[in-house]
Amino acid sequence: MDKAASQSGLTLSDLSVYRRSGEKLLQVNAHVLPGRTLTIMGPSGIGKSTLLAAITGTLSPDFRCSGSVRLNDRELMQVPPEKRRLGILFQDHLLFPHFSVAQNLAFGLPPRTKHRRARVEQALEDIDLKGFASRDPASLSGGQRARVALMRMLLSEPEALLLDEAFSRLDQDLRARMRRLVFAKAEQAQLPVIMVTHDQEDAEAAAGDILRFPPPLAT
Amino acid sequence: MPETDHPRMGRPTKGPAFFPTLTLLFLLGPVLAGLLGTLLPSFGLLRPSGAAAFSLEPWTALAEWPGLARSLWLSLKTGVIATLIAFVLAVLLVAGWQGTRWFKVAHGLLSPLLSLPHTAAALGLAFLIAPSGWVARLMSPWATGWNRPPDILVLNDPGGWSLIFGLVLKELPFLLLMLIATLPQLQVRDRTNVATALGYGAVLGWCLTVLPGAYRQTRLPVYAVLAYAISNVDMALILGPTAPPVLSIQILNAMNDPDLGLRAPAAAAALLQLVLVLVALIIWKAGEVAGATCVQALLWRGARGNSLAFRALKPIGLSTVTATAVLLFSGLLAHFLWSVTGRWRFPDVLPQSFKTRTWDRAGEDLLFTGFTTVSLAFLVAVVALALVIGCLETEHRRGRAMGTGGVLILYIPLILPQISFLPGLQILLLLAGVNHGIWPVAVAHLVFVLPYVFLTLAGPFRAWDRRLATVASALGHSQQSILWRVKLPMMLAPILIAIAIGMAVSVGQYLPTLLASGGRVETLTTEAIALASGGNRREIGVWAITLTFAAWIPFLFAYALPALMFRNRKGMTNG
Repeated sequence: MDKAASQSGLTLSDLSVYRRSGEKLLQVNAHVLPGRTLTIMGPSGIGKSTLLAAITGTLSPDFRCSGSVRLNDRELMQVPPEKRRLGILFQDHLLFPHFSVAQNLAFGLPPRTKHRRARVEQALEDIDLKGFASRDPASLSGGQRARVALMRMLLSEPEALLLDEAFSRLDQDLRARMRRLVFAKAEQAQLPVIMVTHDQEDAEAAAGDILRFPPPLAT
Repeated sequence: MPETDHPRMGRPTKGPAFFPTLTLLFLLGPVLAGLLGTLLPSFGLLRPSGAAAFSLEPWTALAEWPGLARSLWLSLKTGVIATLIAFVLAVLLVAGWQGTRWFKVAHGLLSPLLSLPHTAAALGLAFLIAPSGWVARLMSPWATGWNRPPDILVLNDPGGWSLIFGLVLKELPFLLLMLIATLPQLQVRDRTNVATALGYGAVLGWCLTVLPGAYRQTRLPVYAVLAYAISNVDMALILGPTAPPVLSIQILNAMNDPDLGLRAPAAAAALLQLVLVLVALIIWKAGEVAGATCVQALLWRGARGNSLAFRALKPIGLSTVTATAVLLFSGLLAHFLWSVTGRWRFPDVLPQSFKTRTWDRAGEDLLFTGFTTVSLAFLVAVVALALVIGCLETEHRRGRAMGTGGVLILYIPLILPQISFLPGLQILLLLAGVNHGIWPVAVAHLVFVLPYVFLTLAGPFRAWDRRLATVASALGHSQQSILWRVKLPMMLAPILIAIAIGMAVSVGQYLPTLLASGGRVETLTTEAIALASGGNRREIGVWAITLTFAAWIPFLFAYALPALMFRNRKGMTNG
């Protein structure tokens, strides 16, 4: 995946999201380099999560989008969501409740991965959850769940990372540790990151560019 | 840059939707064909002889039917009164008792009775209230002086009161559970707390603050109950008057008559039945307005509903609903006792001797019919399930929920009287030469199973967290993979419940089975009703008990299987 430096990373060009009525919510132009983070801040309801849905390709039909999203020289807009290679983390960690912890991780491994069990065991060790393979996700603590969700996403070998208020449900202490872990992993894998948050500390920890949006105009 | 239509979830969204179209076809096709098959012969077209000329002769022949006016009146009276009583009692129980422990007990008792087949309930009630039934036995001879069953007409009374009694018993659980299902969205606790703080009694406070919202959402189920009560055949055959019977039985008799000349007036009568249901709906609508006006008047008069009369309503609600459960369960117990009875003299309360011979004799027949019934039900429920999941998944991928129009369409087969379009369907099947075998029966059952399966699954499917799909597709999984590996496994419990409900609906069908097969496919329900007229209580007991269990056993699986499969998955127990 060696590309010219100027073209690697995640590029949003005139990416705009609209309501179905045609009302424009947001427009973003940005280039996020591998290993760096773009933080998008603004009050809730302004369309930040909708913007992420436009990037992942899972926009609800109540919204539309235009513009382009390029990831390491691939244009994503016409690519189905499952082929975009974007990892996303939500504030609820959204582990699948009918799978065990190990099955959740295995669900993220790409189809032709070899030594799947060993990979999952290794992944559990990486997040200090050795021996948790057959556990019920509902029996984990909030921090443990957050780590499993992060690892599941990393195992799918994404080329960019999207964070949708990913830390806001964690308590203060845990939040700082989780942030460090996520940004460390992103830097290690040289992933461009787009983070949506309303927390100033998140933005400072990311140490990257910040896009602030004004409150929506009253209609 | 022009605004591009986003490839939603990576799927094309244009073109006709396969599953909704197919579902609509299965849901409305037989209904419309049936109505046509009723309409044409009633105006002289589509005669058995093949001749066709417009004529009003079927209607003049219908006017000559003995006791027609009385039949019409009986149908209307039994249906409207039974629905009104059942609805009022359901409201009284919920208004007076919701949130209490007694309410939970009543709810728990009535839930299994929801899927009790109408036939089993009616036969059970017949066992209880017949002159030689359990009620008479309990009171004889000490209170009544009877040493032999008295010669009085309790069952099949000419006024239709035992039919009303039976309809109330069977429809009360349904209306109650429909009413309860609306409560979570109505902030009931807040509203009643406000009403209580303002000094309102429980029943009136609930009726003023919660009922309007709750009724708006139970309206269609209430209409379905009303239509069923007016036009049903199964309960009317067992409990209803005989000389003359209600209109639906008159139609059925004419359809089954070897004299083919009676078919055309029967078709006219089937249309008349449809009109009767519409009239009843109009009466009910007028009742809705009158009821709302009364409630308004109470509000403006400042009534607080604390008078003795209002407070008396509370115990009435609980006691009648409890009595309903007790009666229905006693009916089942009576079925069971009779099925193993050797000798049971009047007025003994319990049999003197027991034997299993009735079961032994029914043996092979029972097994075969039971197998036919259950496999037919399973087939129909699974087909309905596939169609419904297809519809809901289409809805999910297109992001458009079905509107109120869609819900109305689902209720069409439940509100249109079966006796109005099934005879027409029979006539068409006969003409097409496909009126035999299991397939026409399965198609006819599907019409009534589909709405229930859809209504059961729509809630859980629509409440499913879409972000799970986002996460899964970000992990590289296709729509198909997400459906099969994430969504359906998570929906296992509601899916199994939907199958069980669908099977119970199919097991309980009488008229569709009878008419679509020309009487040649026998199920537990058709056999139990056929036995009812013979009056062999031991045999009726055997078949009614088997019928009840055929409807109930799928629920056992539906509750046990997810609990077993996901016993180590706490996150699955609430979802």
